[in-house]
Amino acid sequence: MTSKIVMIDYGVGNVFSLLHALQRVGVDCILTDDVQLIQSADVVILPGVGAFEDAMNQLKQKGLDQVLINKPTHQWLIGICLGMQLLYEISEEFGVHQGLGLLKGRIVKFHEGSLKIPHMGWNKLQSAVKHPLLKDLNNEAYVYYVHSYYASEIESSTLIGFSDYGLSVPGIVLKDKIIGFQFHPEKSGQVGEQLLRNLLEVVA
Amino acid sequence: MISKRIIPCLDIAHGKVVKGVRFEGIKEVDDPVSLAKRYSEEGADELVFYDIMASFEERTLFLDVVSNVAAQINIPFMVGGGIKTLDDMHACLKAGADKISVNSAAIDDPSLISIGAQRFGSQCIVLSMDVLVESNGFVRVMKKGGREATSLEAFAWATQGIELGAGEIVLNVINQDGTKEGFDVNLTSEFAKRFNVPIIASGGAGNAQHMAEVLVSGADAALAASIFHFNEVSIQEVKAEVRKAGCIVR
Repeated sequence: MTSKIVMIDYGVGNVFSLLHALQRVGVDCILTDDVQLIQSADVVILPGVGAFEDAMNQLKQKGLDQVLINKPTHQWLIGICLGMQLLYEISEEFGVHQGLGLLKGRIVKFHEGSLKIPHMGWNKLQSAVKHPLLKDLNNEAYVYYVHSYYASEIESSTLIGFSDYGLSVPGIVLKDKIIGFQFHPEKSGQVGEQLLRNLLEVVA
Repeated sequence: MISKRIIPCLDIAHGKVVKGVRFEGIKEVDDPVSLAKRYSEEGADELVFYDIMASFEERTLFLDVVSNVAAQINIPFMVGGGIKTLDDMHACLKAGADKISVNSAAIDDPSLISIGAQRFGSQCIVLSMDVLVESNGFVRVMKKGGREATSLEAFAWATQGIELGAGEIVLNVINQDGTKEGFDVNLTSEFAKRFNVPIIASGGAGNAQHMAEVLVSGADAALAASIFHFNEVSIQEVKAEVRKAGCIVR
């Protein structure tokens, strides 16, 4: 792997697990908030655990929102969990907040009802299309989700994988060189490791 | 749909896994990292680590365990014990934990739940409750690991915790804890019906049937310690039983 992979360090938790999971599949990833390093990377990973508004504010304070919005076209951008949600235009988490707007859609809360919120735990990942990102997964591929909000009104052509939680929850989305994972591949056991290996092949 | 979770629980003291019976008779059993790795490979859906000493001196040792575990396993895990401040939460998350469980400190200052949820998201904040079912049916919330009674009633406290932003509840029924006589299925089922967040049943797991029973009754996850630590039953045996009972498992 010769491409330069960086992970954005903007003060949100859980980057440690993701870094280790990437290490296990053979990737050395630099954790950084340095604008020039990020701009010159081939692959940028935007992690995230936490609240949308807070995360956006952290990105803005470091000037990283603009860096991502104006990213070079050859650069891959991979958002994971909250990192994926930040790619969208709007989130309704604790008020209405603007996201990076790189993908069309809005982040909305699961409806109160018979389903528990958060959508927390292992759910089956189903393929929306045949795609190299889903290579070598069987039909019992469970992945780990933890979220109370999900991407809705997305462009259907961007959907790669989804899970059923009363509605179709976008699990993996892809547009141009932007990929989002709503679940945590780094927490999804062997299936997660396979997905990370697939991801690395796709962005290589 | 989402699957039911089987969660081994590891109580940590002096950097080791220990197991007590009704919070007493503590004895050491294993190294946390190798045990965590084994459970992860055997199909555990999640792990819980409690810092049962929860002292200032022990905190660094516990955080070392957390980061060593995070480096070795690829399933989610929750940590708890002695979480009193936003900084405590941040330290655990930074070390690689996925969820933070709050208990006694949230009873003393419920705003701990809301500031944690506001900062890290509700999905990250778990309200752990040690409850004692009294002879008149009153379900009392206990603190300090079950040693100290509070005036709180369990359903009222859970309601308040969820309103403040707790995204999940661990319901540990002290009457059952360590008995291996089975979970308090009625109380857990009532919790699962009443509340719209996942309920993790805790206290009383003695065999695979007990785990299946409480999951069928509505719990979203079931937690057990000694039956796994002492190899009385494997995680796959539990899952086979739960599947047989009609629940979805991974």
